[in-house]
Amino acid sequence: MSTPPTNDDHAHDEPVDENLPARDDLFANPGLPEHHWRPTDVDSKAEKRAERQVATLFGLSAVCTILLIVSYFVFEIGEDPDVIGGFGASNLAIGLSMAGMLLFIGIGIIQWARKLMADQEIVEYRHPASSSEEDRQAALAALSAGLEESGISRRPLVRNSLLGALGLLGLPAVVMLRDLGPTPNQVGPGKKVDYPGAGIEHTIWAKGMRVVRDVVGTPIKPSDLEIGDLVNAEPEALFNGGEDGEPLEGVVLQINKSKGAVVVVKMEPDNIIPGKGRENWSVDGIVCYSKICTHVGCPISLYERTTHHLLCPCHQSTFDLADSAKVVFGPAARPLPQLPLEVDSEGYLVAQAPFDEPVGPSFWERG
Amino acid sequence: MDTSKVATSNATTAATGKKPSRAGAIASWADERLGIASMAKKNLRKVFPDHWSFMLGEIALWSFVVLLLTGVFLTLWFTPSMGEVTYHGSYEQLRGIQMSEAYASSLRLSFDVRGGLLMRQMHHWAAMLFVASMMVHLLRVFFTGAYRKPRELNWVIGSLLLLLGTLEGFTGYSLPDDLLSGTGIRAADGFVKATPVVGTYMSFFLFDGEFPGESIIPRLYTIHVLLIPGLLLALIAAHMLLLVYHKHTQWPGPGRTEKNVVGFPMLPVYAAKAGGFFFVVFGVTALMGALLSINPVWKYGPYDPSKVTAGSQPDWYMGWPDGALRIMPGIESHFWGITISWNVLLPILVLPMLMFTILLLLPFIDAWITGDKREHHLLERPRNAPTRTATMVALMTMYGLFWAAGGNDIIAITLHASINQITYFLRAAVFIGPVIAFVITRRWCISLQRKDNDDLLHGYETGIIMRSAEGGYSEKHLPVAPSRAYTLTARDRDPVPNGHHEEVDANGLPGPAKGRLTGLRNRIRTVWYADNVQKPTPEELAAGHHHAEHEHELQGPMDGHAADGHQFDGHHLVEDEHLRSH
Repeated sequence: MSTPPTNDDHAHDEPVDENLPARDDLFANPGLPEHHWRPTDVDSKAEKRAERQVATLFGLSAVCTILLIVSYFVFEIGEDPDVIGGFGASNLAIGLSMAGMLLFIGIGIIQWARKLMADQEIVEYRHPASSSEEDRQAALAALSAGLEESGISRRPLVRNSLLGALGLLGLPAVVMLRDLGPTPNQVGPGKKVDYPGAGIEHTIWAKGMRVVRDVVGTPIKPSDLEIGDLVNAEPEALFNGGEDGEPLEGVVLQINKSKGAVVVVKMEPDNIIPGKGRENWSVDGIVCYSKICTHVGCPISLYERTTHHLLCPCHQSTFDLADSAKVVFGPAARPLPQLPLEVDSEGYLVAQAPFDEPVGPSFWERG
Repeated sequence: MDTSKVATSNATTAATGKKPSRAGAIASWADERLGIASMAKKNLRKVFPDHWSFMLGEIALWSFVVLLLTGVFLTLWFTPSMGEVTYHGSYEQLRGIQMSEAYASSLRLSFDVRGGLLMRQMHHWAAMLFVASMMVHLLRVFFTGAYRKPRELNWVIGSLLLLLGTLEGFTGYSLPDDLLSGTGIRAADGFVKATPVVGTYMSFFLFDGEFPGESIIPRLYTIHVLLIPGLLLALIAAHMLLLVYHKHTQWPGPGRTEKNVVGFPMLPVYAAKAGGFFFVVFGVTALMGALLSINPVWKYGPYDPSKVTAGSQPDWYMGWPDGALRIMPGIESHFWGITISWNVLLPILVLPMLMFTILLLLPFIDAWITGDKREHHLLERPRNAPTRTATMVALMTMYGLFWAAGGNDIIAITLHASINQITYFLRAAVFIGPVIAFVITRRWCISLQRKDNDDLLHGYETGIIMRSAEGGYSEKHLPVAPSRAYTLTARDRDPVPNGHHEEVDANGLPGPAKGRLTGLRNRIRTVWYADNVQKPTPEELAAGHHHAEHEHELQGPMDGHAADGHQFDGHHLVEDEHLRSH
């Protein structure tokens, strides 16, 4: 045990900013408090008891380890995960025995440290973070000797050309990531990357394409809808591939779902305030809007039929479907794009024309 | 005290065996090859001070280890692919449904790999613990001034760890490709697209074409299991090395000064406590994995870009930028054929970067304002740096309000309140709340400083009411114990705010002012320290003691006559005392 530090330790030999008052002590440092022996230090019964406690804890851990292995083989997996009071039997048994296995070791070691290991605090002296002045001078001397021998300051041509070459090394790190994907301009109809509905400005919607229910793909007749109904719909091409007749699948299907999804709602025709040039975009009070939020692109589907408001569950942007889907609340800045509707010769809802603007979140080149 | 019965296991004597012990033999073998004795000599008995708050960083460290262990288990079954498969596993409700391999393998881990669900849940809970404990650890370090010289760089490393840990969390919970995590990636695509000039290109590069593509999951996987963990490991190693080099800070107290460190030696006590604590953290994580369901991806279903669930929210540590995004008014600029989405750009790209930069710079801002270039190894109580404490409480308040905004829909449903009004309220509150919190905290700290000085100058309140001969009542004060008085005054005085920091030239005359920045710094410094209560001067202390002695004299005759509440609890003898009889 080192001698308790005295008040002198508080003095500082480092240069002190003269704006700052000196560190001072009003009271003498009383020194480390007296060490008190624990019962386990002075009573061999208590010591033995603590020893037994620690060993018992380690023993309990071993028991839990065995329980873990047993429950691994005993309990069925693959059942509904809610069999025992909302928990899966296998998960519960393995998890609890694993917790016991680990906690008992941890508590045992800590108990050992608290009761049986030496509990006298010891003192160590600090050193300034900086090296000694001597070391610093030696290091600076070594540094300047090294730099001098390299001649880096005498040969600016070598130095600067090296710096230039090293600086350029950063470029390949960026350039070689180029093939991570096509540029926005390379994706689209007739471009390098082309597929049905390709391009950030386009969707698969085309004039005369049927609006079909999103899960089953069946077309919709205006008479199928009651006032207040909302139908989640998709372009028919997702199911029949348009002219090719092959249903879309894989990435192309996912991309088109993320752009082509629409909501179809029916309301009292008198409630609709048609936008300029959109007077004939509805059929019997049925209107159709992009389902993809213009904020950051979540699909929107929380519809309040009395107000005709559609609310995005991600960030609560609210659009008035009776009034060209204008934003009535929330962080979105633009109305949902509207799909002009008409009825085809068989009486099903179809698009009069594709969307007249890109769907989904804003982007720089959108204009 | 009789110490002859001291337990033999108590290592108060040097551990010199009669013959070389087995441990000694192994150590020699290692030293002859690695030369580690000189390093071990310094570090095996390295002193670590003890305080409960020093455990917070340890939770972060150990939960990271748990993340590594459980994460490796998960990689053995998880398939980071967006290729479509039809599910045929054990979970009946989803059988026959098309989904990505990533989601199918997450279901397989949950239902067909024994212990798989446990590992998934432990991994997710450990991630929550990791980020949460880093944040609380950061607050501890800030509130106690532990970031000051020479530890500024460790603060910077710690801040980077928090940032990387958050990104690691986001990339991790995005991997299962369930409906909720896919919605998160969908929103992330919107954030990327809102980046000025290059946003659309970044989105197309990130997703290998249009959202969602089929590359994002494998790419996030590489970032999640290789890139960020590698950086985290390197930074954690640097964080620990600097901790060892600087030696841990400690609270002031009897025997504890700026020049020493008092505590338990690394071997055995600290190693045992810290090592045991690893098992405790691991065990608690196992307990959470067993009992607390987290991210039940089978309930959300596979990701479908045309579907969404109500109440879609990110993990909690992503909640505050999401909240900012929710309460931001919808502003967009359209000109010259371009679009700038301020409604996304400001809350989700600018705000977090700004907050992080402020966080990173806090130690340097503090040093610039205070002009304090000294090393600090003693911790400060939060009350003794009122402006600093108030600054962090203001930042916390702002964080908390943004975080609440991230759950505005949940608040509205729970409280049956209008989501519009909650949002309007929060738009104002995120600016006003921090100011109110700043003022309250600062005054609160100053009051606590006053209270400390009262204790020092006039003694502590004993709760004993005295009645004087004239019939007046007063409370008896007793001087605080010497060790407490020492601890309370073991702090620096603040610099005198005015007229003390003028630049002085070589002849000791006031030189020309060094530009506008110095003036600004001096004004901020004045505000920084204004109203702070300094510890008493020796003169004040002497006057205070004199006053106390005088009072004691007045009260003297009553000593032993009034019941002081300690008659029968063994605090003093009661032979000469008796209860008053009427």
